[in-house]
Amino acid sequence: MADSNVPAIELIGVSKSFGPVQANKDIDLVVGKGSIHGIIGENGAGKSTLMSILYGFYHADSGTIKVDGKATTIPDSKSAIAQGIGMVHQHFMLVDPFTVLENVILGAEGGALLKEGVANARRELKRLADEYDMKIDPDAVVGELPVGLQQRVEILKALYRGADVLILDEPTGVLTPAEADHLFRILRVLRDQGKTVLLITHKLREIMDVTDTVSVMRRGEMVASRKTAETSMAELAELMVGRSVLLEVDKPEVEVGKPLLKVNGLNVKDERGVLRVKDVSFEVRAGEVLGIAGVSGNGQSELLAALSGITRAESGTMELSGEKLDLSGKHDAAEMRDKGMSHVPEDRHRMGLINKFAEYENSILGYHREPKYSKGLFLNKDAIRKEANERIEKYDIRPPTTEMTAAKFSGGNQQKIVLAREIECDPDVLLIGQPTRGVDIGAIEYIHNRIMDMRAQGKAVLLVSVELDEIRSLSDRIIVMFDGNVVGERGAEATEQDLGLLMAGVNQEAAE
Amino acid sequence: MLDTIILVLDSTFRLSTPLLFACLAGLFSERSGIVDIGLEGKILGAAFAAAAAAYVFQSPWIGLLAGIIVSVLLALVHGYASISQRGNQVVSGVAINFLAAGLTVLLGQAWFAQGGRTPALSSDARFDSLTLPLADTLADVPVLGPIYAGLISGHNILVYASFAAVPLTWWIVFRTRFGLRLRAVGENPSAADTAGLSVTLLRYRATIICGILCGFSGAYLSIAQGAGFIKDMSAGKGFIALAALIFAKWKPVNAMFTCLLFGFLDALAIRLQGQEIPGIGEVPVQVFQALPYVLTVVLLAGFIGRAIPPKASGIPYVKERT
Repeated sequence: MADSNVPAIELIGVSKSFGPVQANKDIDLVVGKGSIHGIIGENGAGKSTLMSILYGFYHADSGTIKVDGKATTIPDSKSAIAQGIGMVHQHFMLVDPFTVLENVILGAEGGALLKEGVANARRELKRLADEYDMKIDPDAVVGELPVGLQQRVEILKALYRGADVLILDEPTGVLTPAEADHLFRILRVLRDQGKTVLLITHKLREIMDVTDTVSVMRRGEMVASRKTAETSMAELAELMVGRSVLLEVDKPEVEVGKPLLKVNGLNVKDERGVLRVKDVSFEVRAGEVLGIAGVSGNGQSELLAALSGITRAESGTMELSGEKLDLSGKHDAAEMRDKGMSHVPEDRHRMGLINKFAEYENSILGYHREPKYSKGLFLNKDAIRKEANERIEKYDIRPPTTEMTAAKFSGGNQQKIVLAREIECDPDVLLIGQPTRGVDIGAIEYIHNRIMDMRAQGKAVLLVSVELDEIRSLSDRIIVMFDGNVVGERGAEATEQDLGLLMAGVNQEAAE
Repeated sequence: MLDTIILVLDSTFRLSTPLLFACLAGLFSERSGIVDIGLEGKILGAAFAAAAAAYVFQSPWIGLLAGIIVSVLLALVHGYASISQRGNQVVSGVAINFLAAGLTVLLGQAWFAQGGRTPALSSDARFDSLTLPLADTLADVPVLGPIYAGLISGHNILVYASFAAVPLTWWIVFRTRFGLRLRAVGENPSAADTAGLSVTLLRYRATIICGILCGFSGAYLSIAQGAGFIKDMSAGKGFIALAALIFAKWKPVNAMFTCLLFGFLDALAIRLQGQEIPGIGEVPVQVFQALPYVLTVVLLAGFIGRAIPPKASGIPYVKERT
């Protein structure tokens, strides 16, 4: 460290537009050497664009970039690497069929023939792995590694190229909590060895846990910089969203009515013939939110698929607004919708949206046969667009356009498109899976409020989520699934510890 | 019996050669992520250019060079359309096939006025068979003699070149820096881009190599195997080579064996033409001619397991806004 007062990275007045959209407006940023600096903001706030400029992926329209105190330009990624900037992308930039070693040396092979470079890289990789406590098998095929290790390969790739500044773009989105904790440990080791880390995230907890300083972005602008120790989650949330955010949900008293959804003796097998839902029965009443808690993969997905009519159950019946249905019989998702049950699926990219379709087309998926959307044999696009525009306004979908493809909306706005579609058809029963996965806090608050609205209107809501906080704050009753069984039912006042034990499959009767 | 076997295998080599060149050409292209339906057109264009130049200059080498140049130019058209302009690679390839099929006949008629053919080449203007050292001396040795003299010796230089190209291709693709980068852009161009590599440049280089190899394939047809250009003389070899490439799972050594297999079926078809098969009688020659295609369908349908193409194959690279 020649001079620790010189910042590792300094941006002055950086702006970038994509056509009419100004992604970055006059950004100033100072990142101190040997620190972990967080950049927080909602999806679409311009964090990723800013980092792409720093990594030479995009060119700033105006502004100055200083690396180690010297003004510089970064025309491409090659130049960024040469100036000691490495990046771990949100979607890993790895070649799946290559080995760890091949991925690490790509672009820095050290000679026209691979043999010698590979031998050197093997030594260097071992040294880095030891120094930063990142064990990895250099000959493993990357595509076969779990995501946590793939990310490790990305970090090693940057370090191998001599990165002093490491940018991590939403690194924990794909990690389990345990993997995320391990990542943070690695980041602290990197910092202690004198590296500078830039952590891009929209999760407040991560900022508080691991960063030294934090900058907040909102709608393309840098709105504040703080020392992490001197700020709080509430302040950061307010800065991010631009208004005060209720991290708690307001849950008024609602009179509970008759059961709208009754499920009896449901058994569901997956495509490999394994029984994933075992003799599950429950009911959801009007004006009630029933939360289904559980660690991901304990039968919740199969439960939702069977109830919504996507897959056929082995056995079991469902009573929907008094009408009885055999779930092992022939029925489909359209039929369920006709009967007044709509479904916000867990995986909006795979089941909720068609990414390449425009917003207005997505806004009628599954409801496209309704007469109001048709004009003879054709779609009545004027009517569809008109309604889509109304929903965009009502649900505050941004950017407010019916013509952009679904893929280009941020996660929160994509979820709002699905939510608007499934709520506006006025169902009696709403099935909703992982409503806020990959959604930023402003939108989370919004989505939670819509669910509460449904409850207030006397609808029945079945909420499946792996986020325990979400389940606890929204539900009136909570059932916990473990290995396909319902292992317990609790009221809204259940403690996290209590639910956590149930989710882990600890036998309650034995414990009591 | 041994003589018959040697004859069939001998013609297997000759018939496999153009397929093998084309298959390796496709391998370079597809490994870099560029689907090339236009192999056929490049072979045809090269065959015509080679025959025309060999006739005019009375030299097979100048013919070969002309074939390669024309094939590379066609490859660059495909490259410009699919890399620089990010067009649909199948459409561009098909366009090149039509272009070559029409232009060769048109220019052939205009220049030589022989109904689209080029004039027959004398042996000086063709690649002649080479007799390997000691082939004549050893010819009388039992078993090994005929195999060496009849099977291994006596081909033209391009046949040897095509088989030499197999280990060379393997070495380039799997043992050099260029090969690593080539495979990377074919699998995940973003990874190559973020590693500071130029996806465009790498893909152009692969396309040019593809052009060169198709040049060899075409030249072989018109100035080594044949003695002049005939309308549509590539006869679908570019497409069979593509099938062979899938069959070979984009691996050079596999490619050699699949091309040999297709060549063998071809040779068999020629050999069995008009012959009685004991117990069955005369089988129409079309049955044998159809065999390579039937085999392709059957094998691709499941017997070779899943053939997984390079992941980015056929997809133009656009820097994504993340």
